[in-house]
Amino acid sequence: MVQVSMTVNGKAVSAHVEPRTLLVQFIREHLRLTGTHVGCDTSQCGACVVHIDGKAVKSCTTLAASCEGAQITTIEGLAHGGKLHPMQQAFQDNHGLQCGYCTPGMIMTAVDMVNRKGHQLDEATIRHELEGNICRCTGYHNIVKSVAQGAREMGGAK
Amino acid sequence: MHNFEYAAPASVADAVAALAKPDAKVLAGGQTLLPTMKQRLAAPTQLVDLRKVAGLAGISREGDAVVIGAMTRHADVAASPLVHDAIKGLGALAGLIGDPAVRHRGTLGGSLANNDPAADYPAAVLALGATIVTNKREIVADDYFKGLFETVLGEDEIITKVKFPIPEKSAYEKFRNPASRYAMVGVFVAKSKTGVRVAVTGAGSSGVFRQKEMEAALAANFAADAIKGVKIAAANMISDLHGDADYRAHLVGVVARRAVEASA
Repeated sequence: MVQVSMTVNGKAVSAHVEPRTLLVQFIREHLRLTGTHVGCDTSQCGACVVHIDGKAVKSCTTLAASCEGAQITTIEGLAHGGKLHPMQQAFQDNHGLQCGYCTPGMIMTAVDMVNRKGHQLDEATIRHELEGNICRCTGYHNIVKSVAQGAREMGGAK
Repeated sequence: MHNFEYAAPASVADAVAALAKPDAKVLAGGQTLLPTMKQRLAAPTQLVDLRKVAGLAGISREGDAVVIGAMTRHADVAASPLVHDAIKGLGALAGLIGDPAVRHRGTLGGSLANNDPAADYPAAVLALGATIVTNKREIVADDYFKGLFETVLGEDEIITKVKFPIPEKSAYEKFRNPASRYAMVGVFVAKSKTGVRVAVTGAGSSGVFRQKEMEAALAANFAADAIKGVKIAAANMISDLHGDADYRAHLVGVVARRAVEASA
């Protein structure tokens, strides 16, 4: 067993876990934050994307033990005081989901995309950057529209 | 995956000591090792995580070379102006590995130690004539790769950095499997004062290889047309459900010409 301590959505957490515990298992089963999903469990679908120290990663392909001391943000950490994050709001406004399973990963990837690429994202860039996130319902059309709006609004534009 | 013991040493010496346990393995970014362990194709009894070892990540220019630490993430290589200005093909290659989330974790050293026949970095290392620096020695690229998932690295040998000589021109072109996004054929072309080197990944049944007929033709005339006549034998190509050996042999020519055209 190993002791892991990290900050998840601003809150210090600590637990005694098996070394093989994946970050996504730690988040879902130990912390009971079930917004982060497991789709493929082979690092292809992106349903498990969270931010480690501000960068999008696949939490199904990261050991919890490797995140000792890290700052983790999950989908539950985006909204503040009952107000949705602009990217979440954009997905709601544009109906950027069908079944919703991939949505947490899509939104975490989208926020990371804006952090790296800025607030004016064209369709080609968004589609290319969503390479590691799969929507099994094939709902990409509205997802792309959502990301474009969310990106603008994260920059303050309405 | 099977359980294992976990160590996160703070120095290369401590990491080597931890590797002395039977069936110990080094964990870098984990983007290949962890999926392999989940499938139980690997079951190390001890993982030695290099994340706390100081001095293994970073990009610098040292004379006529770009030096990249083994634990440097693909995303950091892809985003480095230093790499793009000095070795355009290398920066572009790093940005084509996996997807954005994988690039935030995956490392140069991990990719080279694993030597997947469809990995991208081996093509750059071989075409640029890079030198792999370990805790024990310096290994030139031509001596480093030994076949599928095989290298000359010893059990207690850890890559610390890679020195890439700066070429006059370089480019990497990749024909991706549309589902897995791995290279079905990837070609890195590098032109320097000493000649032209062409390395092919994704296609060879023994892993990455140099295409010396193309190198000779391009040394005489660095133009896509110069390699149009080079026949690529299908004999040593991978044949699988994604493409047979003849198809891959054909693609090597097509992708190599694209790489020459894209060289800058």
